[in-house]
Amino acid sequence: MTTTPALVPLAQPRIRIPRSAKPGEVIEIRTLIEHPMESGIRGRQEGAAPRDMLTRLVVRMGGETVFAADLGNGTAANPYHVFFLRMERTSDLEFTWTDERGRVARATARVQVG
Amino acid sequence: MAGARRRGLLLGLVALPAGIAWAQEAPGLEAAMQGVIAGRPVEEAGIALRLPAQAENGGQVPLTVAVESPMTAADHVVAIHVFATRNPTPGVAVFHLSPALGRAEVQTRIRLAEDQRVVALAVLNDGRIRRAAAETRVATGGCLG
Repeated sequence: MTTTPALVPLAQPRIRIPRSAKPGEVIEIRTLIEHPMESGIRGRQEGAAPRDMLTRLVVRMGGETVFAADLGNGTAANPYHVFFLRMERTSDLEFTWTDERGRVARATARVQVG
Repeated sequence: MAGARRRGLLLGLVALPAGIAWAQEAPGLEAAMQGVIAGRPVEEAGIALRLPAQAENGGQVPLTVAVESPMTAADHVVAIHVFATRNPTPGVAVFHLSPALGRAEVQTRIRLAEDQRVVALAVLNDGRIRRAAAETRVATGGCLG
């Protein structure tokens, strides 16, 4: 093949996060992004689906990385993650998913503390 | 679904080397785990790995890892590594934690090819390692699609 199909953008991620918290409160954050997470191994005998994997999720609070995940073949399709965050002050959060072809999906959220 | 499983079984019998490889732990598993442990002592306490004992769908198996930690600058978990010991490739994910989290717990959903043991290794900021393992029986493997 001499041409490669145009890359479709990654799906818009979904974030579930409280809008407000008390100072020092530990909040629960849930994230989900629709993605096939094709390892290129699955169904090898019957004509493999080509590899198509998200590799990394990075969560920043006020610009500083607070949580990250390197996703391997064993991460299920439509990656879902739950983690916790201690809120000391009102903060802006940024969630970034990156795939092996350099595509990026972003989501942001603000948690009001006080 | 049953047809696909039967076909997989027959192919497994024909392709003997692959069949043997699948009966054992994943290639590279031991090296990957030793790469994390790096000769340090391993504690089997202060960490919980939760998986269903029986998973209907190996493609979406819920997993929780929780480590007992105050998550302070002086004492916190820096990483959690998850390995599926009998997947074709054992690496599930590596989570990088920071004291800002306040709680060393991560939940996700994983893919399991067959019945197997899943291992979680937590690395603490002072270099200590904690390990937990859990067995799951898988009705439909997560690699069949």
